[in-house]
Amino acid sequence: MLDGRSAIKRKLPARLVLSATWLILLTLAAIAAPLIAPKDPLAQDLFLGQLPPFWVQGHEPGYLLGTDSLGRDVLSRILYGARLALTVALTAGTITCIIGATMGLLAGFLRGWVDVLISRAIDIWMAFPPVLFSILLIAVLGPGLSSIIIAIVVIDWTRFARVIRAEAMTQGAMDYVASAQVAGRSRISTMFTEILPNVLPTIVVLLTLEMGISIIVEAILSFVNLSISTDDPTWGGMIAEGRTSIHQAWWVLVFPLATLFLTVLSFSQLGEGLKDRFDPVLR
Amino acid sequence: MSYLSIHNLSARLKGRPDQILRRVSLEVAAGEVRGLVGESGAGKSMIGKAILGTLPHAVEITSGQILLDGTDLLALPPAQRRALVGSKCALIPQDPLTALNPSRRIGPQITNRLVDILRWSRADAEKRARELLAEVQIPDPERVMRSYPHELSGGMRQRILIASAFAAEPKLIIADEPTTALDVTVQKQILKLIAAMQARHGTALLFVTHDLGVVSKVCQSLSVLYAGIVLEDSTIPDFFHAPKHPYSRALLAATPKYTDPDGSLTPVPDAVIAATRAEVAAADRSAHV
Repeated sequence: MLDGRSAIKRKLPARLVLSATWLILLTLAAIAAPLIAPKDPLAQDLFLGQLPPFWVQGHEPGYLLGTDSLGRDVLSRILYGARLALTVALTAGTITCIIGATMGLLAGFLRGWVDVLISRAIDIWMAFPPVLFSILLIAVLGPGLSSIIIAIVVIDWTRFARVIRAEAMTQGAMDYVASAQVAGRSRISTMFTEILPNVLPTIVVLLTLEMGISIIVEAILSFVNLSISTDDPTWGGMIAEGRTSIHQAWWVLVFPLATLFLTVLSFSQLGEGLKDRFDPVLR
Repeated sequence: MSYLSIHNLSARLKGRPDQILRRVSLEVAAGEVRGLVGESGAGKSMIGKAILGTLPHAVEITSGQILLDGTDLLALPPAQRRALVGSKCALIPQDPLTALNPSRRIGPQITNRLVDILRWSRADAEKRARELLAEVQIPDPERVMRSYPHELSGGMRQRILIASAFAAEPKLIIADEPTTALDVTVQKQILKLIAAMQARHGTALLFVTHDLGVVSKVCQSLSVLYAGIVLEDSTIPDFFHAPKHPYSRALLAATPKYTDPDGSLTPVPDAVIAATRAEVAAADRSAHV
């Protein structure tokens, strides 16, 4: 009767451990940035411009990852940049997820005119080139944190809605949904009690992916100087500045880029790892 | 008077002329077991879904009445209809593998309906669920109630679904090919179980199947459906001794015999199909005049 699958306690997959560790460290560092950042991220010192990182000849003590052309500490700027990146990832990712998943559930489960309305909206939405659309939005809304978040939500809800709609349609055709309906459950109640728990693993994966994507979008916007005020350090802004001095000071470009890369990769791996843990059959 | 009576029920695909059900009339008396047989696509499952209100979006009912204990379900507003059907009817679904929510434990799936819809207390509902699981011969009901569906075999899941269907003492159960997805050895047990539960609880049963062998064992009467038309309506002894409609006769002759496992399969003859189709077309014409 009860089979062996439930008895197996599988150990945590490496990617889940590694990605979670990186994201937890980054989050802690971002929160504690004012305490642990070795320098003021905005302090310029033209005499200390383009200092190399600590293992390269000519470095200065105290500037672990070197300085940029204006003599600002790269490590401190990455730490402060993480605050913006993670704020955007969490808020934009979550809001996008809630709006997109709700739309997808409604369209996929209720079908009929609700589906027609939402699906056509998605089709029209997806015909816009996303990067140009976001730049246009920021240009209209003006730069700032809330504008970035709004731009990401407005553009990316369709990603959730499409996938969740398809999932909800598959689940909606299952007999257990019919049974719930026969038992007298209303459509909306069925959607939350029967459909939602079964699309949750997909939602979690999409959510973490979306957090990574939000970070990339924020970096793109700050790369083209449309993020928050130009004073505050952002990863995208650092990459843009580092690009101009790539031949003299590669570290100004490479360190923020590597941080960005690792963070986005960690978000997607976290999602995949969590999916396996959430899946009732694999759990 | 019949507990369930369907009068001239017609249904079609939305926006298309193709009829799925053609003026179907059907009676199920209280406590009666009626078989509803027909080949794939004859519309037998659609009748079950029409009664329970779970028709696919693309299908619309164009005319007719479904009287449940004298109340026309099709005339009720959706919420009232759900409440009525939920308290009087239940479903034993075709595929036990998709009929339990994979992300929830068995216990709540049986009890939630009693608690949320019928307002039982949680303790009563759990007690009832344990009794029912014991009644369908599930060993260690406590443990099964804490299990997830994937931890149980197909046969066990079907028993759970049977227990769940009888939980609220419905007056009518619709069994939609309840043994089709199971292997043959389990089929017989499940049929016996459904028959025993039906007899004990005195529930009316509409047994949807394509298997005449199953019908002869479980049912008291049957309706033969072809292309959404009821071709024959008779009691089991009458049907098996002297089927009235040529299609019924051909269907009976086409049933593989257990006594002759190596015998070749007999198809329903083309002439019979053609004649039956002509009959359907003629009925359509007379309905449109």
